[in-house]
Amino acid sequence: MLKKVISAPEKWSVFRKQLVLEMEKVGLNSISLVIILSFFVGAVVSIQTAFNMTNPLLPSYLVGLASRDSLILEFSPTMISLILAGKVGSSIASEIGSMRVTEQIDALEIMGINSASFLILPKIIAAVLFFPFLIIMSMGIGMIGAWVGGLSADVTTADFMYGLKYDFRAFYITYAIVKTIFFAFIISSVSAYFGYHTKGGAIAVGKSSTTAVVSSSILILLFNYLLTDIILS
Amino acid sequence: MIEIQNIEKHFGNNHVLKNVSFIFEKGKTNLIIGESGSGKTTLIKILIGLHNINSGTVLFDGVDFNAIKTKQQRILRQEIGMLFQGGALYDYMTVEENNMFPLSMFTEKTEQEKLERVNFCLKRVNLEEKNNLMPSELSGGMTKRVAIARAIVMQPKYLLCDEPNSGLDPKTAIIIDNLIQEITIEYNITTIVNTHDMNSVMEIGENIAFINKGEIWWTGDKDGLLNSDNKELNDFVFASELFKRLKR
Repeated sequence: MLKKVISAPEKWSVFRKQLVLEMEKVGLNSISLVIILSFFVGAVVSIQTAFNMTNPLLPSYLVGLASRDSLILEFSPTMISLILAGKVGSSIASEIGSMRVTEQIDALEIMGINSASFLILPKIIAAVLFFPFLIIMSMGIGMIGAWVGGLSADVTTADFMYGLKYDFRAFYITYAIVKTIFFAFIISSVSAYFGYHTKGGAIAVGKSSTTAVVSSSILILLFNYLLTDIILS
Repeated sequence: MIEIQNIEKHFGNNHVLKNVSFIFEKGKTNLIIGESGSGKTTLIKILIGLHNINSGTVLFDGVDFNAIKTKQQRILRQEIGMLFQGGALYDYMTVEENNMFPLSMFTEKTEQEKLERVNFCLKRVNLEEKNNLMPSELSGGMTKRVAIARAIVMQPKYLLCDEPNSGLDPKTAIIIDNLIQEITIEYNITTIVNTHDMNSVMEIGENIAFINKGEIWWTGDKDGLLNSDNKELNDFVFASELFKRLKR
């Protein structure tokens, strides 16, 4: 099926329109969710870090440092991807599944269109291109949240900023983006696969959607482990 | 003209179509009739290549659909207009976009030319000024008419209709039937209608194949159908009280 998906579009002008539409559905429509989640989780991470630093010998700038590394290395790429698997993955699976059960995919095939490529390829490309921006944005918003959380835990802005910059490694960002690209591909392709192979009616669409989210989430966790082992070991 | 020869289709142990042969004539509304589960939808899906056959031949004006390459099949499919049971309109597109979509995919027409063609087809199915409606805003009859407009927008050589009247009231059903017949004659295309609606059969049945248990049991036209002594056909056609009275 992947061969059918990754084939040259029948018409580039139509493909570009589809891609822009998918960018909006997959990416732009997820921005508010990512902002809200990242801000509050960032705040909670810094408060919890401050709460657990009971030893007075530990400097308070560690709150900034720990929040930064937690957000960049794990929360933004992995946790946000898991949440996007729920939002975007279920949306992709149910959209394509509904098209399958209402014969819209058959209608595409009869017109002589490669339905797999037409429907799935723009979603994969949109996700792979847009998710890294969402994750970078999540890191930034998460750190603002961590700063606000730090203030409520009596960490000064100066200490927090010092911790944020302390021993910063740009490679961590690269690592996070590499993971995100893999996760974006997993979410879009796995969800599209289950949607495309839906058989039955409305209940089958719901089942495909659930299976897509569960499978994507498990694969994200598995690849998170594998990629971390390969890149950071 | 579409010709099927010795079509065999199995789904596992279920022998759905048994040695089915028939000629669907050009310029006529060809009907496939039969009970639910008799193999009608399977046959129509075989014709358009959505199901593979176990053996047999499907010829579109002499071209063996299953012997040509996938790319050539796609080109041939551009000559087929299909009306699905539920309309199968793309629900994220307006009426106009649904009709414009095949033109955007397969022609190099300008936006103005495409719009003119779409408006012509929508007018043909009596749906002027409905361009900006979404499929969710259409009634059952309007959905079918938009689907017919989309099916003819590319000026197909073949028009295939799967249960075009399902879910429609008798008056709207007749409008759809007549529209299909008018388009068939007007464009001199090969039309195949898959139905179990006897009103449709009486309205537009020019060349009819009766399928029962996966086999063709009877062929003829609507007049022959009323006078046939084929028991299975009579059991199917005169199942309702209305048609029993007509027979008497």
